[in-house]
Amino acid sequence: MDDKRRIRVLAAKPGLDGHDRGIKVIANALMDAGMEVIYTGLRQSPEQIVEAAIQEDVDVIVLSILSGAHDFLFPRIMELLREKGVNDVLVIGGGIIPDEDIPSLKEIGIAEIFGPGTYTDDIVRYIKDNLKR
Amino acid sequence: MFDGKKIGEIGEGYREWADKLEPKLARRPERKADFINTSGIPIKRVYTPLDVADFDYMRELGLPGEYPFTRGVQPTMYRGRLWTMRQYAGFATAEDTNRRYRFLLEQGQTGLSVAFDLPTQIGYDSDHPLAQGEVGKVGVAIDSLKDMEILFDQIPLDKVSTSMTINAPAAVLLAMYIAVAERQGVSSKQLRGTIQNDVLKEYSARGTYIFPPQPSMRIITDIFSFCSQEVPQWNTISISGYHIREAGSTAVQEVAFTLADGIAYVEAAISAGLDVDEFAPRLSFFFNAHLDFFEEIAKFRAARRLWSKIMQERFKAKDSRSMMMRFHTQTAGCTLTAQQPKNNIVRVAFQALSAVLGGTQSLHTNSMDEAFCLPSEEAVQIALRTQQLIGYESGATETVDPLGGSYYIEELTREILDRAQNYIDKIDELGGAAAAIEKGFIQREIQDSAYRYQREIEKDERVVVGVNRFQVEEESAKDLLRVDPTVRLSQMERLKALRLERDNGRVKAILSELRRAAEGNENLMPLILDAVRAYATLGETCDALRDVFGEYQAVSTIGG
Repeated sequence: MDDKRRIRVLAAKPGLDGHDRGIKVIANALMDAGMEVIYTGLRQSPEQIVEAAIQEDVDVIVLSILSGAHDFLFPRIMELLREKGVNDVLVIGGGIIPDEDIPSLKEIGIAEIFGPGTYTDDIVRYIKDNLKR
Repeated sequence: MFDGKKIGEIGEGYREWADKLEPKLARRPERKADFINTSGIPIKRVYTPLDVADFDYMRELGLPGEYPFTRGVQPTMYRGRLWTMRQYAGFATAEDTNRRYRFLLEQGQTGLSVAFDLPTQIGYDSDHPLAQGEVGKVGVAIDSLKDMEILFDQIPLDKVSTSMTINAPAAVLLAMYIAVAERQGVSSKQLRGTIQNDVLKEYSARGTYIFPPQPSMRIITDIFSFCSQEVPQWNTISISGYHIREAGSTAVQEVAFTLADGIAYVEAAISAGLDVDEFAPRLSFFFNAHLDFFEEIAKFRAARRLWSKIMQERFKAKDSRSMMMRFHTQTAGCTLTAQQPKNNIVRVAFQALSAVLGGTQSLHTNSMDEAFCLPSEEAVQIALRTQQLIGYESGATETVDPLGGSYYIEELTREILDRAQNYIDKIDELGGAAAAIEKGFIQREIQDSAYRYQREIEKDERVVVGVNRFQVEEESAKDLLRVDPTVRLSQMERLKALRLERDNGRVKAILSELRRAAEGNENLMPLILDAVRAYATLGETCDALRDVFGEYQAVSTIGG
């Protein structure tokens, strides 16, 4: 990565879920760690999220879902990213996601899933260590 | 509460005690330099009559069932009747949820509480593109009266009370409930229950808004007015601090932002021409029972006292029922840990006890597995048993407000009330709750508190058992309750069949009538009821209103 440029992150809430405590806490923590964070707000469709990621030229997408819709929305977002040829963006997810769902989400390209109780410092470190560009 | 001479003696005794303690503390300091609760209130080493020396018993406490209701809204409280044990439940289809309700009623639950899925809560039918992945997930999918008939099949609506967590489309779901009752031969006048109908906290904390504030307030006051005539035993709103707290607020902020929302609803109804005592007795509230046991008990008592004063002094209510804050409580979902989930049973138990000691009217106890999935039947049963243990075994129910008069509780009650009042003054300066939300003030306050709380955990200043202390290696949970992804398809089939068999001309005519009414200012409830009876879907009915009212655009409160 070019060190003159700050890490740019898209923090996104896909679907209809209104639980935004977690994503806002993480957005604050990433900003405190020196990253630039663009928060989409609630109710974003996969199309809107991918569009925003491209427009904003982000290095990282952080997805949060607590409604159980990750099984549909995460794969859809990854599919759209692939279709658009975006393959150098680090995508991580979090929320209420059963452990048994994690392997299949990793298979489709979500780099890591962070569940309840995760420290924000761990997420900051993970992003810094795993950037793709 | 003590005469001057006695207070003098206590003061002298206290000073001697403190002096003797000084050298001991120097040798062996306390666990922490500062003891501060979540609301930022410093907690003293010990509370004595000195803290409540100026306390005016009749003004600040009074007797149970009487102004200012600090000690409870009923004169006998749980000696008369225990609180309503009401577990929030709903998932997948109306059939699945109906089975869960009948299980809960068989287990001794005394009221129903409906969880709707997100498309229903945002006024989309299951076949809407944005409903993909969400149908039946966090609650039951309801698209039309057809689904509602199945949901309450074999449940007599004149016997149970039903709470529905529904906000922006509350008018439509209430209309469906009334229509199901009609088909059961039950009059709307016999119906007992609650719709959440609190859209202001959707903007600030929960997220299932549809329309902008102004038309939302109009729908809400239409409901108040309609119900005061047609559904007189119904709680027309449940003004909710629960989600504000879940979003990260402190206890003081929970009281302040909830009551500020309450003030906004009362003002809206009064400006719509309603008399305060006509609708205020049917206002109800909903609070969170979080971790700090005494802070929570004091919070419930402070909220009751503050609301009664607001209703009497600010709104000049005359009927004492208008000043009486009745509330539901749910234990704090955000305090459940995915780590060592059985510990959650214990957390929930003392949170529930705080709600009972705080005088709640109804209670939901969370299930131990809710930090990672929908609750299993076994987990729900333990949660319900927790309430029954408190109700029937603990003895906490044998006298009214058992902690009333505790120096600590009374001082904390007063402190929470004062700090909440300061926030309400600030919100008034900003132009009231709706304006404060549109300026992002309330959202920012909540998110700052949430961030502070998380940092405290990460800096080890706040212990979360099993998360940052006393961790163990665990295997991940197995056999989780999951919603069948084909629920959406079966709902879509049902919608398709419905659109073939109903009188589509009639549906169209009623919906255009509804659009016309929305443009004017007549009460929308009778038309919504007509639409529902004709099997207009939830999405169609909300779309008619969207056409006129538009949709709310959230303000961003992250970053610069």
